[in-house]
Amino acid sequence: MGKHKLQPDNWVSHYADYLFNYAVSRVSDAEIAKDLVQETFFAGLNSAKNYKGDAAERTWLISILKRKVVDHYRKINSKKGKAEVRMNYKSDPDSEGDWLEEQVADPFSKDGDYVLENEELGLAIQDCITKLPQKQALVFKLKTIQGMSTEDVCNELSINPSNLWVMIHRARVTLMGCLNDNWF
Amino acid sequence: MKISCKEAANICDKSQYKEAGFWDIVKLRVHILFCKVCKGYSKTNTELTSLCDRAGLTMLSEDDKKKMERDLKDKELQK
Repeated sequence: MGKHKLQPDNWVSHYADYLFNYAVSRVSDAEIAKDLVQETFFAGLNSAKNYKGDAAERTWLISILKRKVVDHYRKINSKKGKAEVRMNYKSDPDSEGDWLEEQVADPFSKDGDYVLENEELGLAIQDCITKLPQKQALVFKLKTIQGMSTEDVCNELSINPSNLWVMIHRARVTLMGCLNDNWF
Repeated sequence: MKISCKEAANICDKSQYKEAGFWDIVKLRVHILFCKVCKGYSKTNTELTSLCDRAGLTMLSEDDKKKMERDLKDKELQK
């Protein structure tokens, strides 16, 4: 038996956001991503006895999620043979022949790199957030990711504003250190 | 006009969420002119904000998480 153990009770609070970010970046749909994360947890529970404990819990869950994402694409493509490539050519006679030019890759475009880098950056930040104390992480996420107002966050967590700013400050300092180690 | 480093850090944090007042920001700018530590903090703090924006982070709502937790518990009990 390896040194890691599964604790399904903590899965949602510890890994749900991380897995969700991973899934959203791959399927680009929040609802589908949510379902995939849920399915991942179920599958993890069902195959818990196969977990050897060699990999960390999160790595193991991510590997299940990866399969779920592949399954998702397989499923939507098998329906009605959607795998065919469709191109929309303009019917406008003036632009006749333009389509060829439009299909050529733009050598100056760096979009692909940006998308990939930002995806990794998102996971690195999530990774650092999971290392924060739970309440700090929650306050930081509500303020930064959900963009909630200070008043709303205070009401929801029944804390006062100065308390909130202390937690935000500590969270930000820890995150800066963590990203400094893991990202730059 | 003079503020402590603690206050400066507080204003800097607030300004990351656009919640710092105009005069507070002026005070912070003046403080940064003389304080290297706060200047560094302000720089990395702003960097963190831009990294978070660039990463396009998302999260599940608390309701979604509660529902997930409930479903997972049910599933566990069924086993």
